[in-house]
Amino acid sequence: MSDQKPTHKLGEHPDWAPPSITIGAVGWVRANMLSSPLNIFLTLLCGYLIYLSVPPVVQWAFLDADWFGTNRDDCSREGACWIYIGFWFKQIMYGRYPDTEVWRINFAYALLVVAAIPLFVPSFRWKGWLSVFLLIGYPIIAFYLFVGGSFGMEHVETPLWGGLFLTLVISVLGIVASLPIGIVLALGRRSDMPVVKAICIGFIEFWRGIPLITVLFMSSVMFPLFLPEGMHFDKLIRALIGVMLFSAAYMAEVVRGGLQAIPKGQTEAAEALGLSYWKTMNLVIMPQALKLVIPGIVNTFIGLFKDTTLVLIIGLFDLLGMIQLVGTNPDWLGFHIEGYVFAAFVFWCFCFSMSRYSQHLEKKLHTGH
Amino acid sequence: MRKSVKILSAIAAAAFVSSAANAGTLDDVKAKGFVQCGVSQGLPGFSNPDANGNWTGIDVDLCRAVAAATLGDASKVKYSPLSAKERFTALQSGEVDVLSRNTTWTATRDTALGLNFAGVNYFDGQGFMVRKSLGVKNALELGGASVCTNLGTTTELNVADYFRANKLEYKLVAFEKADEVVAAYDAGRCDVYTTDRSGLAAQRFKLGKPDDHMVLPEVISKEPLGPVVRHGDDQWFDIVKWTLYAMLESEEMGINMGNVDKMKGSDNPGIKRILGVEGDVGKNLGLQPNWAYNIVKQVGNYGESYDRNVGPDTPLMLARGVNNLWNNGGLMYPMPAR
Repeated sequence: MSDQKPTHKLGEHPDWAPPSITIGAVGWVRANMLSSPLNIFLTLLCGYLIYLSVPPVVQWAFLDADWFGTNRDDCSREGACWIYIGFWFKQIMYGRYPDTEVWRINFAYALLVVAAIPLFVPSFRWKGWLSVFLLIGYPIIAFYLFVGGSFGMEHVETPLWGGLFLTLVISVLGIVASLPIGIVLALGRRSDMPVVKAICIGFIEFWRGIPLITVLFMSSVMFPLFLPEGMHFDKLIRALIGVMLFSAAYMAEVVRGGLQAIPKGQTEAAEALGLSYWKTMNLVIMPQALKLVIPGIVNTFIGLFKDTTLVLIIGLFDLLGMIQLVGTNPDWLGFHIEGYVFAAFVFWCFCFSMSRYSQHLEKKLHTGH
Repeated sequence: MRKSVKILSAIAAAAFVSSAANAGTLDDVKAKGFVQCGVSQGLPGFSNPDANGNWTGIDVDLCRAVAAATLGDASKVKYSPLSAKERFTALQSGEVDVLSRNTTWTATRDTALGLNFAGVNYFDGQGFMVRKSLGVKNALELGGASVCTNLGTTTELNVADYFRANKLEYKLVAFEKADEVVAAYDAGRCDVYTTDRSGLAAQRFKLGKPDDHMVLPEVISKEPLGPVVRHGDDQWFDIVKWTLYAMLESEEMGINMGNVDKMKGSDNPGIKRILGVEGDVGKNLGLQPNWAYNIVKQVGNYGESYDRNVGPDTPLMLARGVNNLWNNGGLMYPMPAR
């Protein structure tokens, strides 16, 4: 025992604050960045890399950049020239869609947002009907809006579609169509019926076995040669069908992964209760299986969203294609870096939102088993 | 029920752009009311979007001229942007009526692919770009230089031939992508950048300081670019060919967008024939007598199209050179319109 006098009685000791170097910013830095010689070295290395890379990018993209103006003479060329993006914004967003008709695209966007908001409101009661509208009714309305030719709206041909609008049309259609087709294919592949099983395996393995770029080339280069002379399918529709079937095959395998993770006892229990095959799938298996594979599904969606840029090789101008195209205007040559940076930014925004939403969905549907 | 039928027919109408099978291309074009023209996916000065997003360029002008000649309205063109790989299929399968897409006229394409080149609307050729500070005035002074170019292209082979024929030493620095080649040249990894001269003019703007560079006068390869049509429709072949000749002929005669109406009253028999005041050229082509008048009035003559899209006053600053008329020391030689 030391000769220090105890200042407090037993059981009445007050809570001392932890030592100041173990809490707050200092404590965090010590614990996470300087805890060992190796960590100190790594911290310094990362700091140096950040010092090397971030300031020049900020300098180029923000400090030295030109933001306001109407032509290339307003660009000092010392930093990025965002005037270029502003000048071509309409083309990058809507392609060559007629100026007077752009409201139709905006209206469809707005309708989608307004219709989708109640889905995120927990107390909204008609979610089922709204989903049906979004999956079946909305595409029909959007189709009429985009194509036109009825209700006094001017007909807008698909070669005029482009930019972010086209990227969204292709990817949303691919995403929306691939999930149901993929589920059916996955169930078919696990089916006991030999013909159904063979067809599903054949379909999945065929589409998974060829690269998307080949699918697109086949649809645009080979397919027209098989058709009778004088008969042409719209190029966009050919590409859409190709993208849809391609992504459905991938989705089928993701869903099958989920189905295999569900113990056989679940099916047997459902059958013991007298549920039919479809009821077993709908009420017992699918809700569990799909929840398990949300990361895989969203992964496929994000991959598909980015793969849509491949349509450039068949002469469709998606976001990236449009940015490359407007860069060939002789008055605006030499701004390709700004264009690519902008395209990367837009793609990142969309992909990151999808990723965050999937994490939110995982948390929401997490039931602890 | 009726609504679903209507929806289905709308989908079908959007999906099928059908044209009467086996009819001549001219009848076909007249029936649908527009010319379907295959263009590039963006090549500065040849086919690129203008500030409003509409197609413009020297190749696009040819499409518009064909529409003016056949339909009397240069705006009645629909464009199919085609990648280099799908362009010939699109023409063979009838998806486009004419391909005006900076396509080099070669023997294989003219014969084995079942295509016909209707002429040359731009004589391109491979050239060299160097830094002005190098002090080089022509390509023969390039001995010992390092040359940046694209890997595995004819450009690479042409350089090898040229330097060997002139007994010059050189070092090749080749890359897969055009952007990489430009970046390497800009970073000083080589003294010379070589590709087609129209390409040099456009790629120059990707350099840090475009004005510090110059294009040498030598042209070391032949790249005749021209409009292409399908085999087996001679009437349409004639129309596209003579559309190009009419643009050249009107330049030779001094007819342009501004004075074409006045020129109609000219006493010169050559002008009278091309503008359809006299003779049967239009009728023999299956067109209206004023077919060439429409071209010049709405699109302009070849010189106007050149100056507007790629000429010295545009950012591309391509001198007329071999693309001048034959009587100005160039290669453009329209056949007599009589």
